[in-house]
Amino acid sequence: MPHSSFPGGYRWPDAEGHFEEYGGRFVAETLIRPLDELAAVYREACEDADFWKAFEEDLAHYVGRPSPLYFARHLSRANGGAQIWLKREDLNHTGAHKINNTVGQAMLAKRIGKTRIIAETGAGQHGVATATVSARLGLQCVVYMGSEDIERQAPNVYRMKLLGAEVIPVTSGSKTLKDALNEALRDWVTHVENTFYIIGSVAGPAPYPEMVRDFQAVIGRETRRQVQEQAGRLPDLLVACVGGGSNAIGLFHPFLDDSDVRLLGVEAAGHGLDTGEHAAPLARGRAGVLHGNRTYLMEDEAGQILATHSISAGLDYPGVGPEHALLKDLGRAEYTSATDEEALRTFHLLTRTEGIIPALESAHAVAGALEAARGMPEDAIVVVNLSGRGDKDIDTVARREGLSL
Amino acid sequence: MSRIAGRFAQLREAGRTALVPYLTAGDPEPAATVPLLHTLVRAGADLIELGVPFSDPMADGPVIQAACERALAHRVRLCDVLGMAVEFRGEDAETPLVLMGYANPIVAMGVDTFAEQAARAGVDGVLVVDLPPEEAPAIRQALIDHGLDEIFLLAPTTTEERIRQICGQAKGFLYYVSLRGTTGADRLDMEDVAERMKCIRTHATLPVGIGFGIKDADSAAQAAKLADAVIVGSALVDRIQAAADPHAAATELLQDLRAGIDAAGRAGGAP
Ligand SMILES: Cc1ncc(COP(=O)(O)O)c(C=O)c1O
Repeated sequence: MPHSSFPGGYRWPDAEGHFEEYGGRFVAETLIRPLDELAAVYREACEDADFWKAFEEDLAHYVGRPSPLYFARHLSRANGGAQIWLKREDLNHTGAHKINNTVGQAMLAKRIGKTRIIAETGAGQHGVATATVSARLGLQCVVYMGSEDIERQAPNVYRMKLLGAEVIPVTSGSKTLKDALNEALRDWVTHVENTFYIIGSVAGPAPYPEMVRDFQAVIGRETRRQVQEQAGRLPDLLVACVGGGSNAIGLFHPFLDDSDVRLLGVEAAGHGLDTGEHAAPLARGRAGVLHGNRTYLMEDEAGQILATHSISAGLDYPGVGPEHALLKDLGRAEYTSATDEEALRTFHLLTRTEGIIPALESAHAVAGALEAARGMPEDAIVVVNLSGRGDKDIDTVARREGLSL
Repeated sequence: MSRIAGRFAQLREAGRTALVPYLTAGDPEPAATVPLLHTLVRAGADLIELGVPFSDPMADGPVIQAACERALAHRVRLCDVLGMAVEFRGEDAETPLVLMGYANPIVAMGVDTFAEQAARAGVDGVLVVDLPPEEAPAIRQALIDHGLDEIFLLAPTTTEERIRQICGQAKGFLYYVSLRGTTGADRLDMEDVAERMKCIRTHATLPVGIGFGIKDADSAAQAAKLADAVIVGSALVDRIQAAADPHAAATELLQDLRAGIDAAGRAGGAP
């Protein structure tokens, strides 16, 4: 591997799920055994070619993969600078990248013989993706969602109910994604015998960050092949939004050893990094322990987790997957941020120039990509992960503009 | 001998099972805590667990979540809790005090600073709910360096091999989480607990306490038949919270539990 950034190749996590000082398994004793069982069944599945064949087939025929890699000519021209290419995860079944992971984890749930599925959700995309695979496999499904998010993502709440899931509002703490995760963990310790917890991002205790990454890495593998076929070479820059970080890691991971490919994650700057009302732990947080792993967090000086703000529910989380913490410290990936305003402006720009309505989460990625592209030559290639479609967000956008639908 | 070991030795001598109440520090307001701790001791507490409030108490049920929120509304920090320990020790040099909480406030303070200040404040043991033995040996070392007992949880899901390992590392006493669930849950299955305790006893040289789901004289009596310590949290926090006179309510509950425990006699079993 002559171009690798890492002698011997990228090698994280270690056997205990540590990404150097990040990651690990910071959970109460009751959860150690189910995590051990999950890690074991995942290791076993990793060795099983039939498992991956079944996964690939579901991705092809149920999810609709490969998702296209689309050269956004009009957006690129409107912006100036490098070519912007979009990896169209918005075209997946259920409208976001989240389904790649839920298909994989549901297969593991079946394999261990669990009959009840739980999940946390912020934007509702992961909840919908979980409810979808549960319906298909005949598994009972319970989704925890912050009451504030239930409010702002109403269409997804109804979709989950249509799919047969029970949506439980979480009213503790800040009533958003982090609190939904707490509640899902509480459910899991109570029902460990029959319950499989499908975490929706590369967060949580080991083995989740590694396992979710591996399921999402299909995004990067396809991108690698497609960009070589369509543009004849590897890209110069990959860009993705970072909430927990699963769509970003999914895109980045197959390129980590390509030192010439720059990686850029975009966090939510909310009302602005200096206002304190944002969700950008990599930019402004520090290392701590939350939800089973050690990573960058938004916390006060006494170690209490802070309430976050982002217009996009899927990015409204005070932590970030531990692998991003490592990639930041190593300097292998860079992280920037986009404000609510920038995301909204980009939402409209992409909609009008390309006829693609992005999820507000993904609009953050595109905003970060546009800024980076302006400083790059016209023949440079920037691939942005368009992680989801914007149908779920049109209410939020309309309300911001004083309309009600 | 640590204060915790000393207390268990005394109790063993007297043929008694320990009663261990839990309170969240700073609930409902910071000034309430130290007087309540003294009340607990007068009402028969043998050891005290003092909860450090955390914004995301993942292992706690609704009662202790609410207690954390009330304390955090007053911005109670880990250093404030240590201040309460100092104040408590000013009048009580005997009753062992265990801090119970989550890893992040300790990490934020710095593990060495925390261990040093906690030891100086007269804290005897530390139970970090989300810190299983394989994580963060750095915290472990700091606690050892400052003579603090690290208390470990054992759960219904803990394998025998792991029980053996944890028993080898634990100090003070072992805390058996008697049910699958969060604090305050109501699904105690005593037959199952008895089965597990038998297994734990074959490996444990330390006293073993039972907690989670103890709420009245009856459940306390059943736990006392199996354990060296009976731990009560949510039921106490709930009573205090709902009462016009928190001291009277705490006293009444503890006396009830004490009566149940003493009536059960002491089965114990720890050497
Ligand atoms: C469309 C979309 N993109 C991105 C995210 C953020 O998650 P992650 O950072 O794990 O990709 C979400 C989360 O809900 C989402 O729905």
